[in-house]
Amino acid sequence: MIRTALFVAIVIFASTGGEIAVTHAMKQHGEVHDFAPRAILGVIGRAFRQGWMWFGFLLMVVSFFALLALLSWENVSFVIPATALSYAVGALGAKFLLGEQVNRVRWAGVLLVCLGVALVWAG
Amino acid sequence: MTLTSSPIHPVHHRLRAKTLTLLVLMVVFGSAGDVLLSKGMKQIGPVTDWSAAALARVGYATLTSPTVWLGVSSLTLFFICYLLVLSWADFSFVLPASAASYVIVPLLGFTLLGESVSLIRWVGIGLIAVGVGFVGTTPPNTTGVNSHASSSSAGAGK
Repeated sequence: MIRTALFVAIVIFASTGGEIAVTHAMKQHGEVHDFAPRAILGVIGRAFRQGWMWFGFLLMVVSFFALLALLSWENVSFVIPATALSYAVGALGAKFLLGEQVNRVRWAGVLLVCLGVALVWAG
Repeated sequence: MTLTSSPIHPVHHRLRAKTLTLLVLMVVFGSAGDVLLSKGMKQIGPVTDWSAAALARVGYATLTSPTVWLGVSSLTLFFICYLLVLSWADFSFVLPASAASYVIVPLLGFTLLGESVSLIRWVGIGLIAVGVGFVGTTPPNTTGVNSHASSSSAGAGK
């Protein structure tokens, strides 16, 4: 029980932390205007020269392996609804770490998505 | 620069169109990648023999499966779209909006493959659709857009 709770927490916080770090790296890069394949490759190359991108990637890898470990003893119909909380944790991280304005409508949307994802997998 | 939340703001309008396009591509590539990988691995079959020789055979079958490679390519395109959209859009906008794939995949399974969907799943699908709709009414960017880094190519902007 404690082991399951610990791994659910690792999956949620590592994936959200990773995505927030990747978002920070892409925001530092700046808005992409040119969508030609060569220009996109240049964007990806520049993005991976940033420490935040690698840090985010590392956290995503940690989250992926924690998810695999969790799935080795828990059902996917429990794991996915439990980790759906990452939508709410992500919105909190976006607000407090990235300075995004999460208004009531967006909060309502995030919470509905959380609940919906949990139900889709539980059903 | 701070954006207002006015829906008629030109920057806001431009960002909304770009964001919607990239989100649709994310949902398409992400869903296709998941389905193709799943199909490819099912073609290879379950891993029941854990000897080195058997694992090597599974590894070889995986690496030479066109379906698996199509899936990996699709997921790579998904990740590229994800990075691009995060260069201007809020994480708290992209994350819930990309959950639209949880609506699309069961709907495709239901309509194209005749899979059954339980009532509780329909309720979940409905909640996600409404939630994504709510998030979609908010401005895609609330922190100001940093355009300097790629302004050299702004002439080709879309």
